[in-house]
Amino acid sequence: MALLEVDNLTVDFTLGDGVLHAVRGVSFTLERGETLAIVGESGSGKSMTSLALMNLLPKRATRRADRLVFDGIDLAAAPETRMRALRGNRMAMIFQEPMTSLNPSYTIGNQLIEALRTHRSVSSDEARDRAVQLLEKVGIPAAARRLSQYPHQLSGGLRQRVMIAMALMCGPDLIIADEPTTALDVTIQAQILHLLADLKTEFGMAMILISHDLGVVARVADKVAVMYAGEVVESAASRPLFKAPRHPYTRGLLNCIPVPGRTAPGVPLGAIPGQAPTLIGPQRGCAFRDRCSFSAPECAGDIPFVAVEPGHRARCIRLGALEAAA
Amino acid sequence: MSATAPAAFDTAPPRRRAALLRRSLGHSGLVIGGTLLVAIVAIALAAPLIAPHDPYNQDLAHRLIPPVWQAKGSWEHALGTDKLGRDYLSRLIFGARISLLIGTLTVLISGTIGTVIGVCAGYFGGKVDAVLSYVVTTRLALPVVLVALASAALVGSSLEGVIVVLGLLLWDRFAVVTRSATQQVARSDYVAAAQAIGCSTPRILASEILPNILNALIVVATLEMAHAILLEAALSFLGLGVQPPLPSWGLMISEGKQYMFFSPWVIGIPATALVALVLAINLVGDGLRDVTAPENRG
Amino acid sequence: MSETLLELRDVTRTFALSQGVFRRAATLTAVAGVSLKVERGEVFALVGESGSGKTTLAKMLLGLLPPTSGEILIGGTPISAKDRVAVSRRVQPIFQDPYSSLNPRKSVAQLIALPLVVHGVGDRAERRAEVLEMLDLVGLSKRHYDAYPGQLSGGQRQRVAIARALILRPEVVICDEPTSALDVSVQAQILNLLLELKRELGLTYFFISHNLAVVEHLADRVAVMYLGRFVEQRSRAGLFAAPRHPYTRALLDSVLTPDPDLGVPDTRIGATMIGGDTGCPFHPRCPSAIDICRTTAPAIRTLPDGWATCHLVEQQEAVLVP
Repeated sequence: MALLEVDNLTVDFTLGDGVLHAVRGVSFTLERGETLAIVGESGSGKSMTSLALMNLLPKRATRRADRLVFDGIDLAAAPETRMRALRGNRMAMIFQEPMTSLNPSYTIGNQLIEALRTHRSVSSDEARDRAVQLLEKVGIPAAARRLSQYPHQLSGGLRQRVMIAMALMCGPDLIIADEPTTALDVTIQAQILHLLADLKTEFGMAMILISHDLGVVARVADKVAVMYAGEVVESAASRPLFKAPRHPYTRGLLNCIPVPGRTAPGVPLGAIPGQAPTLIGPQRGCAFRDRCSFSAPECAGDIPFVAVEPGHRARCIRLGALEAAA
Repeated sequence: MSATAPAAFDTAPPRRRAALLRRSLGHSGLVIGGTLLVAIVAIALAAPLIAPHDPYNQDLAHRLIPPVWQAKGSWEHALGTDKLGRDYLSRLIFGARISLLIGTLTVLISGTIGTVIGVCAGYFGGKVDAVLSYVVTTRLALPVVLVALASAALVGSSLEGVIVVLGLLLWDRFAVVTRSATQQVARSDYVAAAQAIGCSTPRILASEILPNILNALIVVATLEMAHAILLEAALSFLGLGVQPPLPSWGLMISEGKQYMFFSPWVIGIPATALVALVLAINLVGDGLRDVTAPENRG
Repeated sequence: MSETLLELRDVTRTFALSQGVFRRAATLTAVAGVSLKVERGEVFALVGESGSGKTTLAKMLLGLLPPTSGEILIGGTPISAKDRVAVSRRVQPIFQDPYSSLNPRKSVAQLIALPLVVHGVGDRAERRAEVLEMLDLVGLSKRHYDAYPGQLSGGQRQRVAIARALILRPEVVICDEPTSALDVSVQAQILNLLLELKRELGLTYFFISHNLAVVEHLADRVAVMYLGRFVEQRSRAGLFAAPRHPYTRALLDSVLTPDPDLGVPDTRIGATMIGGDTGCPFHPRCPSAIDICRTTAPAIRTLPDGWATCHLVEQQEAVLVP
């Protein structure tokens, strides 16, 4: 049984001037120990998807899913008390901004211990020991001393490590990391990603990594789901997706990144013209068609997933035209 | 320009003013407060036309007539008469003029002083900020009523006196709020861009800083208006503010306190009017803050 | 014969940090002894992470902040704080955050025309024509003339910022991370636009970025900044082929190309910053530090296409193995 099964997840926001369809029919599965990366730009719905899993959506949002099952537990039907028992315990989240996700008024030790004692009845000494143990594991020097420090006394990279330690306190089965390295310096980014990969293997956790950075995704993910305008437009294992992308958006995205050694300096990058549509009001057809050089009149109709290969599918009806042009 | 031409794909954004209007009309506090405030202002402006009697006309033969809903009342004097036989309804209506006048003029004076101080402290920082903050702290240490007492003793009390004293004293909240709003705005890249373009400092303060702290400023202005109106009522009640025979609501309450137990309407009516006006102003202030806040988020 | 448009001579900038009433203020050195020359028509890239001092340096180049010591020269003449207006005709900025760099209370037309208004260029009709021309140049439609920033996307706002920066036809544009806050697909659009405008208008760019892939794509020369100092300055090709400073090597190692066959690189640099007061400021984190690094600050070692400040310059491997 897969650890996480998501089928036809939708998230809508009721706004003053209509309904915003932030997530439209997203489906994926996640096995134990796997890393799934959800890639997309702003407005693609990737963050909303992760918040929907944990049921941390804002009040105006409505979540629906045909199937939303975590380790046999139906998340869609679970009451808030059940969700609270799961959050931080079996499903943990790491956010982008370590500055704002650690409470500045409490010490690191306080927050780590609270993360554990909320879900486990252990003595504060035992909790303390585990906190020190995890801080060491995430590579923070002088761990015992750090427990009495406040978040503002640590650098961004260290704070993010603390966040990771906090997420691990209860030994979760699933970690959702939402842009965990975007706010960090480039040299620290590699170290944090390394750490996440090591911990994942050691603790046998599954990870959902949300990112806009294709480089990060390529190096870290086992499988990838590319999101555009609230939908998954292509999903595959990491290697086939990057070596042979099929959806025009995925291709466009990979073409527009400068890669030292591959893209010629000074030559214009392959940019995707236009910008993403606003998702207010009823949506029909392929959301990418206005920006796609292969769009045809049929693209205004229903666009089902096409199985390119086992485990690799793309939501596009013009795949043949793309291959012919290549 | 093929790679850089997005024009054809822009989606039409909702218009700013239409959205703002819609939000305003949907905010119950703003609608209620706004309607009430507009009504009071309208009454005050139309006072000479709608007041049934001259508010200064004494009629000692008809003193302390109760309002129309009591046994001895009549529609001749719908809200009764005061101890000198003056029609209460007319005095109430003209009293609205005084309260609104004081509220508006005081806010204009104190708002100007406070905004100048706050913006300078927030924008220039350093020593300027230190000195101005010291000035604000000093002002906060002054008890307003005692200063009014002292100035009344020195120059006598009057309507103009109240406006000047309150105007020169009630600028502290303006200064504090505009200072922190200015600090926030001054950190923005668009202020740096304006400096890099070569804009002079006065131009930056007027066209980059001020329009962007306007929201906070308007909210403080409405709250300070209510504050000034209440303070004037208090000062007039103590005899330090508006002098008789002007129909200030505070003065009406003061003049009526001897008759409080026999003729409670003499205090009740102007008090209710005060509460209504201050409530309306506060609702409008809160409503404006709520309605304009989300717009600031880009 | 290339002309030096922008020059910094041993520029230092310090800030006094209040330590309370009873202690003497500490000094924070944001920029320490930086010297550089930017030639007309080139893209000079500055690479640095947070805390490197690059933003402070940018502010000094724009005339917004005076250096504590050293000289800044534009077109050969030194500038001082009084010359902000004169500097602004020759040097203009494009900032990182498109949501913070446009006054939300002004229309696109007012924003773009501001430099013309401040410098008294043209009358109303001429300004209108100029603004419309700039809109076309940066790829925005005429419809945006009366729009407000709140109605525009990040990419569109950045285009407005570019239009505003270029309307006075400056010679040098200081680009402070102009695409870092944008989506990937929009980044490419804006980078292409910047390159195109450089060709069309004969601009010179001082391009600050922490994204080495973007730098490799755009730059002619590259300088790497660490804790307020330049540690390496090279031609683009030279720096990317064979970096000489261990910090540059670590930065290059950290670039994650979208190659699924490679894992996460191990950059081997430490996290701690303690001990950087003596000797080389990088030695606490440097994987190759030797004894002399802890005691003596390294001198500038000249290289065929630039220089690097590291004791081990001669001993670094000749070519970076990808």
